[in-house]
Amino acid sequence: MFNVTRAELRKLRRPTLLISTILVVAALTALFTSIVFLRANSGQGNGQRGEIISPAILSSPLGLVYGFKIVSFFLGITALCVFASQTAQEYTLGTLRNLLVRQPSRMKILFGKYLSMIIFAIALVFLDAVVAIGVSYGLAPHAKATTTAWFTATALSLLGRTFLNVLLTTLAFGTFGMILGLLFRSPISAIATGVIWSLILETILGGVVSSTQKWLPGQNFDNIAQGGSNTVSYQWSLGISALYLSVGFAIVAILFKRRDVAN
Amino acid sequence: MTTAISVTDLTKVYGERSALSHATFEVPLGTVCGFVGPNGSGKTTTIRMLLGLISPTGGTGTVLGQSISHPERYLPQVGAMIEGPAFYPALSGAENLKVLASLGGFPQSRVDDLLEKVGLADRGGSKYKTYSLGMKQRLGIAAALLPNPKLLVLDEPTNGLDPSGIQEVRNLIKDLASEGTSVFVSSHLLSELEMISESLVMLREGKVLFAGRTQDLLAAQIATLVVEPEFTVDLNKLVEIATRHGKEASVDNGSVHIVADSTWGATFNRLAFNAGITLSSLTATQPTLEETFFEMTGE
Repeated sequence: MFNVTRAELRKLRRPTLLISTILVVAALTALFTSIVFLRANSGQGNGQRGEIISPAILSSPLGLVYGFKIVSFFLGITALCVFASQTAQEYTLGTLRNLLVRQPSRMKILFGKYLSMIIFAIALVFLDAVVAIGVSYGLAPHAKATTTAWFTATALSLLGRTFLNVLLTTLAFGTFGMILGLLFRSPISAIATGVIWSLILETILGGVVSSTQKWLPGQNFDNIAQGGSNTVSYQWSLGISALYLSVGFAIVAILFKRRDVAN
Repeated sequence: MTTAISVTDLTKVYGERSALSHATFEVPLGTVCGFVGPNGSGKTTTIRMLLGLISPTGGTGTVLGQSISHPERYLPQVGAMIEGPAFYPALSGAENLKVLASLGGFPQSRVDDLLEKVGLADRGGSKYKTYSLGMKQRLGIAAALLPNPKLLVLDEPTNGLDPSGIQEVRNLIKDLASEGTSVFVSSHLLSELEMISESLVMLREGKVLFAGRTQDLLAAQIATLVVEPEFTVDLNKLVEIATRHGKEASVDNGSVHIVADSTWGATFNRLAFNAGITLSSLTATQPTLEETFFEMTGE
């Protein structure tokens, strides 16, 4: 399985994918974090869903991680795209047959690939954290926020928790992408389905019928990074996300194991 | 173990369509075996089953003495190129080979040697998407050689190669066979296969038409004597002589074609001489593999 992971990491570190992903993540993180800090004194919504994040809040330990976690949804969407394309392209390029000839155990291929994606996701979240904290620290004076509380044990503990939660959210979206990739066997179909569902359909559905928010996968994945919300608890989101992804992954794993590789 | 590949009643059915029907054949160990058949005859389906990519509907088989239901037991010793090369376009040729080397646990140092062997040493660093068809094919062969295989399965390895490339692949296959590697190779270039294959498996519409030694297949075909008289007015007389001696003969394009093997050539020459006819040429021809293939498959 580790040979598969090594081989996958070789593919994931190709400059076209790596550099573009780094740029997208860094740019999104910098953009969202900047909005939070630059509009902190505007009296208008500068946080998620129009929330007002005042300089006082930014001066608390939360100020250290707010920019970091606010981008989790888009980080998840990025992971969804990468995981889906890396999985589905094996079918469209016809490279799956090469992989299976060199590693006949399909489960080792699947889990080796997944492990490499986890490593990639950790790197993405780490980059997100570095950029967000860097931008936050740089813009804190502009927002009239003090950073003293950011270097306390409470803040560091919050940072650790937030890192884990953002990573779980990223992995949840990425796993969703991988499931779609294995199901559709086409990067375009998998990415289009995943992005349209998560970005558009869930937003409309959740907005029109608010009770559905509790059941929508994307909303729950993101709720993990936020540490829960007033309407849906962290524990619920963690549980329902694990359930969705376990069932989805089990189904595609069985399909992957049994399906003939005829292209 | 005397066979590299052995299958019995191997069958693959897709819905109501039978892609391969009760195929039974053997590929002796350490030989080059040609695998021929028209498009859609079941060659790639067979190869995919041998490599564990698709499951047979029925029948059994072994590769290097191991059942095809456990490909993990023999694939580490098998190199394969199936239905043309397939690699990651954004990676270089060398990087693509390194991905497969990592996957199979082979030393990365083999990559440079193999690129050299297939004539891609100077383009190993170029992205795969910039390769010509011939270069892609060479990279596919290099990938198949990664495990230093005991059995090499090649599906149309000469597609897209120029004449010198075809010759190189032919020599490569010969060299590998001389080192003891068994090679199972499908190709539409039957003249190439005739030169290198000690045995042949011929398929048509999912059924095995022939499986055995190439020599035996060709020897069983009807040989022809092609005779040209000095004067064309003697053509019909020669047909008469041959027919009188129980041979089937006809005039075709200024020569007489007699269904007989080369041993009857001297007899016929004498008969023509006794009839006062001088022959300007007498050639014994054996059908080529290509002619035999067309005859057997009805293509």
